[in-house]
Amino acid sequence: MTWRPRLAEGTAPALLFLLLLLIGLAIVGPAYSEPAGYLALLKRAAPLMILAIGQYLVIVSGGFDLSVGALVTAGVVIAARLIDGNNSATAWVIPLVLGFGLLVGLVNGLITTKLLVPSFIVTLGMLLVLDGATFLWTGGAPRGALSEGFRMFGRGSADVPVLGAVPWSVLILLAILVAAVLFMRGGTGRALVAVGDNEATVRLAGGQVDRLRLLAFTLSGLLAAVAAILLGGFAGVSAQVGNGLEFRAITAVVLGGVLLGGGRGSVVAAAAGALSLEALFTLLNLLGVSGALKSAVQGVIIIVAVAYASLGGGVRQRLRLWPKPRDSVRSAQPASS
Amino acid sequence: MTKRWSVVVVAGALALAGCSSDLPTDNTPGDPPSSADAVKSEFFDQAEYDRQLAFRTATPQGPDGKPWEQMLDPELVDTAKFAKPDGNYTLCFSNAAVNNPWRQVGYQTMQEEVKLHSEISTFTVLDAEGKDDKQISDIQSLTAKNCSAIIISPNTTATLTPAVEQACASGVPVIVFDRGVNTDCPVTFIHPIGGFAFGADGAEFLKEKVKPGGKVLALRILPGVDVLEQRWAAANEIFAGSELEVAGVEFTDGDAAKTKSIVSDYLQRLGQIDGVWMDAGATAVAAVEAFQDAGVAVPPVVGEDQQDFLRLWVDESLTAVAPTYPTYQWRTPVIAALKILKGEQVPKEWVLPQPRITGDNVASYVKQDMPPLHYAMCGCEEMPGYPGPWK
Repeated sequence: MTWRPRLAEGTAPALLFLLLLLIGLAIVGPAYSEPAGYLALLKRAAPLMILAIGQYLVIVSGGFDLSVGALVTAGVVIAARLIDGNNSATAWVIPLVLGFGLLVGLVNGLITTKLLVPSFIVTLGMLLVLDGATFLWTGGAPRGALSEGFRMFGRGSADVPVLGAVPWSVLILLAILVAAVLFMRGGTGRALVAVGDNEATVRLAGGQVDRLRLLAFTLSGLLAAVAAILLGGFAGVSAQVGNGLEFRAITAVVLGGVLLGGGRGSVVAAAAGALSLEALFTLLNLLGVSGALKSAVQGVIIIVAVAYASLGGGVRQRLRLWPKPRDSVRSAQPASS
Repeated sequence: MTKRWSVVVVAGALALAGCSSDLPTDNTPGDPPSSADAVKSEFFDQAEYDRQLAFRTATPQGPDGKPWEQMLDPELVDTAKFAKPDGNYTLCFSNAAVNNPWRQVGYQTMQEEVKLHSEISTFTVLDAEGKDDKQISDIQSLTAKNCSAIIISPNTTATLTPAVEQACASGVPVIVFDRGVNTDCPVTFIHPIGGFAFGADGAEFLKEKVKPGGKVLALRILPGVDVLEQRWAAANEIFAGSELEVAGVEFTDGDAAKTKSIVSDYLQRLGQIDGVWMDAGATAVAAVEAFQDAGVAVPPVVGEDQQDFLRLWVDESLTAVAPTYPTYQWRTPVIAALKILKGEQVPKEWVLPQPRITGDNVASYVKQDMPPLHYAMCGCEEMPGYPGPWK
């Protein structure tokens, strides 16, 4: 018997879509004929991919985390203000930013599980709270500056044997991705997917539903803080850095074939979805399409991907112009069947 | 399996097709240089353009070294009917917002200016937080508050016009600054020379520094804002009359990460960019970093007077220019209000000088101890207490 990679359900189409985009990039952009171009793309996509991994954990367990964009902004603004250009402060500000993300995720999770508020509402509220608090604290414009040491993670490269200079953000991304895959293949990860699929069953089987959900939100918050460090490093201080990131992360996860509502999808596909999204935008830029259409593209992707997910394998029959008699009987049923 | 990914592929293809069918008119790759097909912006106004460009070299009236008290080509009006020589003034200010570093520096400067004048006993400020409806009600409540004079920095032009007219009708002297309104009822309207001069400063610099046929990337914040549209209209006009090729016009939303990505993509697509024009300098540092990270020399670039850019300029010996929309204009409304309340003449339209920072004088504007987003042209260095409140 030959060895075949174990791919979770839904991973293959996401990877294929990504492959097509990468081929497109190689044709359009001369920089993509060599590895450096792809490394640069990965570097740029790393924050979104990390956010998508966090978002995946929450979505697959049946929730939403809308607070990650605001959390990224808050993380960058807090870091800038605390560091204020002073390199020696970097060492304690980074753990502080990570701790802040962890805390926000924990609060999201506690309110969702203990007070039984839908996560959509909790995290939407958290988004507004963080936005407002950031605005109040900064008076509308960020102050301070990030140090070179802080920016290194998003901007600099490390010398890796064999490969040469690899951006720090790519190394961090790979570490997180490997950890996430191992986690999802372990017992806790499987239980997390099961919670999204059928909460009652997990509860009856003796699973700790609340604890699993709490873990998902906490990890999402932590990963958002990591993304904040990378994004702040990549581009510097800005109060707009996290704008719309939560929706880009959700789009990426959906593009990766993960079912909104939970219970289905793989973390590799979610990360691939994020990379696809970034590759798609890069491709559009390279083709000379204005950035103004980006959000329209994002909307189309969400709708098509969700429609595809809910139709599942029956797509071909449903799209057929002249359905066979048995198909016409089937199409009389509700679309959610 | 085939079913599954065929749909994903179709989705991608649809998205691509949907996008490529709606190309913007002026940045398609392979187009002839835009000088051939430049379309005049609807915001372009030849008379106003000529007036602003002439103002740049005109000699202002007023005290030397205090540009916030200077005026260009003033048409003075009498204010005797507003005179209240007894002092003890209540100055009121309806502010559009304090939601960006430019407004923050400006507002801080204005507060310090108020402290310089003991005649002002109360300074009442209402912040509209960037909302038209809030500013309309702010102005209404100020007219009912016994203000000696009302200063207004309108959030948007058209929507705020009726509210400003109402304030004028209350008989209190009204002073408008920064963005304008469509009425001449305020006693004075204070503003620097304007967007055309700002855009032209950068474009002329590139025309001079970039070799003929060079590719220029134009980065704009967002479309539809008249001040920013004027800047682009002027630059577009100058590029059209030059040998330069506008390789692309992109909107950055003022987002540093987006700016950096756009510049990197253009570098990949074109192989080389010979100049960068920007309608506002807040993301200039990100644009420069994109060149640095790609390992190529930074071409001539247009920024603004924020400290982070000025420091980078000096440290890296960039070829750059910084047109400014000076924050010292926030001092002038307070000065104007006091002039009016003392019955002194003020210009109907108070046009302030709008200096630009060049390679020759940039070093004198770098202030190492100030925050990176501080605007150098604040005219605040001589004020008591500097630099504390601005930090």
